[in-house]
Amino acid sequence: MYSAKVMDHFANPRNVGEIENADGVGEVGNPKCGDIMKMFLKIDNNVITDVKFKTFGCGAAIATSSIATEMIKGKTIDEALKLTNKAVVEALDGLPPVKLHCSVLAEQAVKAALADYYRRQGVDPEPIVGKLEEDCHACACEA
Amino acid sequence: MSNIIYVDNAATTPVSKPVFDAMAPYFCEQYGNPSSIFYSVGAAAGDALAAAREKVARALGCDTGEVFFTSCGSEADNWAIKGTAHKFAKQGKKHLITSCIEHHAVLHSMQALEREGFEVTYLPVDAEGFVSPADVEAAIRPDTALVTIMFANNEIGTIEPIEEIGAVCRKHGVWFHTDAVQAVGAVPIDCHALPVDMLSLSAHKFNGPKGVGALYIRRGVMPLNFLDGGAQERGRRAGTENLAGIVGLATALEAAVNSLDEKRARLARMRDYVLEHIQKMPQVKVNGPLDGSKRLPNNVNASFTAAEGESLLLMLDMRGVCASSGSACASGSLDPSHVLLSIGLPHEIAHCSLRISFGVQNTMDDAKAVCDALDEVVPAVRQRSPLWRA
Repeated sequence: MYSAKVMDHFANPRNVGEIENADGVGEVGNPKCGDIMKMFLKIDNNVITDVKFKTFGCGAAIATSSIATEMIKGKTIDEALKLTNKAVVEALDGLPPVKLHCSVLAEQAVKAALADYYRRQGVDPEPIVGKLEEDCHACACEA
Repeated sequence: MSNIIYVDNAATTPVSKPVFDAMAPYFCEQYGNPSSIFYSVGAAAGDALAAAREKVARALGCDTGEVFFTSCGSEADNWAIKGTAHKFAKQGKKHLITSCIEHHAVLHSMQALEREGFEVTYLPVDAEGFVSPADVEAAIRPDTALVTIMFANNEIGTIEPIEEIGAVCRKHGVWFHTDAVQAVGAVPIDCHALPVDMLSLSAHKFNGPKGVGALYIRRGVMPLNFLDGGAQERGRRAGTENLAGIVGLATALEAAVNSLDEKRARLARMRDYVLEHIQKMPQVKVNGPLDGSKRLPNNVNASFTAAEGESLLLMLDMRGVCASSGSACASGSLDPSHVLLSIGLPHEIAHCSLRISFGVQNTMDDAKAVCDALDEVVPAVRQRSPLWRA
């Protein structure tokens, strides 16, 4: 049911783990829905120098987290903010329709970590990152 | 496929070679229509159908006139439930009783009837999945048309107190149907010794073919027809018989029942080996009865805290192990299994469930290989999980 690319990222996820003293940490999802993504960023001079993730979820949740970390590592914050769930899906050669919400979670996890980074700098993240939905994105996306 | 360890036998089982061989003649050689009795080819087919029905009746402990072949277990459930509901609705009886852990063939039939104006009571179950006979009795009303409770649960293996529930129904004069799809060929069933009025079964759960099932209907019990048409099955279930499938069902059922004691003991050894092993793993909860005599002999179900079910399945598959999960992702919906939620599991634990169901083709080596795979896979999935606290 999954593309070879998804299975590759599931079997060998990139950047699994945590970053101690991270500059931004974002967690999205809900254990009730069966998906939680936690993303850790190290940011130096507006550049994401390191990124790690931990994800509780299905194969698609692991794969979207993994590829999202690859897509933002070494990029500027501005570039990372442009990461869309659509780009994540395309990079994985597609996802089954019922799994599209996992790509939304990946995009949201990056944004949540960046929002946390701005908050730590004493900057209101909302004008920069946009409003992050607090509730289960998965359910909203499914409908 | 030689390196595959298939332990999802509650989903379906491989057709055994003797069953396949018994079916083979009924495609190209013995192709007659069993209803065409006035020439040799048809008569031979009619004889084969009668012989199959006799085998099934013997295996179930009932009369041949009480065996009705269907296209699957779901059809048998639909027929028993909707045929009974519609029959009694004419007498003003529009109430049905079932449990909240039934197969969707039952639950969705009930929901369809609710849309027609029937009223359904969904009985709760306890933490091991048992329906209480006292709850059944308390739910019966003067307008109750049918009680339907599954013989054994497909996800967590709970064997329901069918005798006691049936006795309650008999006491109150209410028809009792049981979906025995998981139980037939796995536990002893003697229809005439049980207070059961209708019983559904499906061939592919006991090494028979897919696409054929049966409904036992006790003499004197007459649900309305579900499939109208020709006079097949004594005028109660139309459609030219799936003769090869029926021969396969009968052959498989006879084999399963004849070797039942040996089969149950073998399956239970594999089940108990895995259950014992996983209970030694950290933060595991076994789902379903802990008393092996009240659990399907082939069923293992457990939740591994912080390890999501679909991830477990994918990693097991990478090691050649085919199993099943009650997680939302595995079910294709957003909610985890209704059975796991009904026994009181929180959503996040239900998402972490795994079902292993053994079959006659499995060996103790398979059980050991499953344990080895779990020892690798569970920590690997947890290592990625932000919820895992060792």
